Amino acid sequence: MPVSTNEQGQPIWRLRTSRAQWLGYIGWLAGASLFLLCWKLISDNTMWVFVQDAGRQGGDLISRMLPPQWSYAHRLWKPMWDTINIATLGTLLGIAMAFPVAFLAARNTTPHPLVRSIALVIIVASRSINSLIWAMLLVTILGPGVLAGIIAIALRSIGFIGKLLYEAIEEIHPTPVEAISATGASRMQVMNYAVLPQVMPAFAGISVYRWDINIRESTVLGLVGAGGIGLQLNSAINSLAWNQVSVIFLMIFVTVLVSEWVSVRVRRAII
Amino acid sequence: MSAPRERLAEQGEWRRLPFIGDARLRWLLALGVLLYLVLALASISVNWARVAEGMSRGLNFLAAFAQPDFVSRRSDIVNGLLESLTMTLTSTVIGVALAIPVGLGAARNISPLPIYLVCRGIITVSRTFQEIIIAILFVVMFGFGPLAGMITLAFATIGFMAKLLAEDIEDLDWRQVEAVRATGASWWQTINHAVQPQVMPRLIGLSMYRLDINFRESAVIGIVGAGGIGATLNTSISRYEYDTSAAILLIIIAIVLLCEYCSSHVRRWTQ
Repeated sequence: MPVSTNEQGQPIWRLRTSRAQWLGYIGWLAGASLFLLCWKLISDNTMWVFVQDAGRQGGDLISRMLPPQWSYAHRLWKPMWDTINIATLGTLLGIAMAFPVAFLAARNTTPHPLVRSIALVIIVASRSINSLIWAMLLVTILGPGVLAGIIAIALRSIGFIGKLLYEAIEEIHPTPVEAISATGASRMQVMNYAVLPQVMPAFAGISVYRWDINIRESTVLGLVGAGGIGLQLNSAINSLAWNQVSVIFLMIFVTVLVSEWVSVRVRRAII
Repeated sequence: MSAPRERLAEQGEWRRLPFIGDARLRWLLALGVLLYLVLALASISVNWARVAEGMSRGLNFLAAFAQPDFVSRRSDIVNGLLESLTMTLTSTVIGVALAIPVGLGAARNISPLPIYLVCRGIITVSRTFQEIIIAILFVVMFGFGPLAGMITLAFATIGFMAKLLAEDIEDLDWRQVEAVRATGASWWQTINHAVQPQVMPRLIGLSMYRLDINFRESAVIGIVGAGGIGATLNTSISRYEYDTSAAILLIIIAIVLLCEYCSSHVRRWTQ
């Protein structure tokens, strides 16, 4: 589409060449077809009879949830305490494991490229697998309980904290490192006095952020038997006690909001 | 406070500044953490006999990673993966399309207060609850299958994308908006010519990132019956077919790696 033309009718300037424009059209067409193809696959696997009365089902669900059975709330304090413990202890354990991994994975602190690639594989594997899957595996190995939840959260946190921390380490100023090594400091001393002070604020911020995410995740770990308020949620859903489910939902909602508020406040204080 | 530290430094006994400046706050925090750890660790009950019993299973699982079995459940794995991938794509497209109006509404600088509050409410609800909790409700409403999963992921995408989009719009360069407004542009034209070009690169980058997250989540929501590879994985774990679950986990890790690689390329290309 020429924007303006000269006297001979030749275009002077245009936004895209016609080739780029055609490629754009073809790209959109391909994207739309792919979307429709996917949609068809989903629609083939759906029982549309069930979908037709979804509105009625939803209304029914809400009418069963209201009013919440408030007397149930006092039985939730212990599971809630467990949930917060899973998140906090899991985060602490995750930090303890992620810290060395991050230093091994950062290009400027790693002892050897081979070690670096192993550390990166650990980070990627931990990041790609959701904490619920970790919990599912650990429940079969360790048995149901809070311990499986803590370890699942810790294993998932390694990747997150490790990735953000090693990126922070790679972005440090090289000058303090050079200054400290010029005094004849050993490798560990350089880490301790040049690298660590520079990444400490980022590290604290990342940890608190991950703690906030972990609170959210630990609320559902109980669905696969790994302790916390999810256990209560699971049993309430299985017994179709929807007015108890709504109490649990409200409890989770408030806890997550509080943890997010705490995390935002702490991060603002640090940075 | 600082004077003795400087004197010590002159005598050659330098000590670095502590991370938290106020000594009283430091000790109080340390004491609080210690108290919490004691209380939390005391409230965890671990059945060590069960753990010891499960260790052999853990070893079995690790051994299964050495020889994953892609073949014996091939059709199940392929079906699950196909369902997961279609769910991922459709939910991201639908979620991003719905997140754009919500994000515009949730940006304080371009929307009136009532709309702002409604949109922020939608974002908070969608972000607080884990995908799996939303999936439970949608499975009840829409029946088992990938449609419930797709709607769940789309709903979660709205909260994520709209929040980041709104934050991006809130810190955009206001001079461009004023310039476009000064030409007498309507609200719609202002959005199209002043806001959209500024947020587009980040929006594309975030959509790619969300595609990646949605795939990871689609591996989980199958646990509660919302379709996808999660259902296959859950079945294989509960049948103790660890070689099949190892194969599925390896496939998930590979696809996430691929997604991340592609999305980092796309992001570099758009920014």
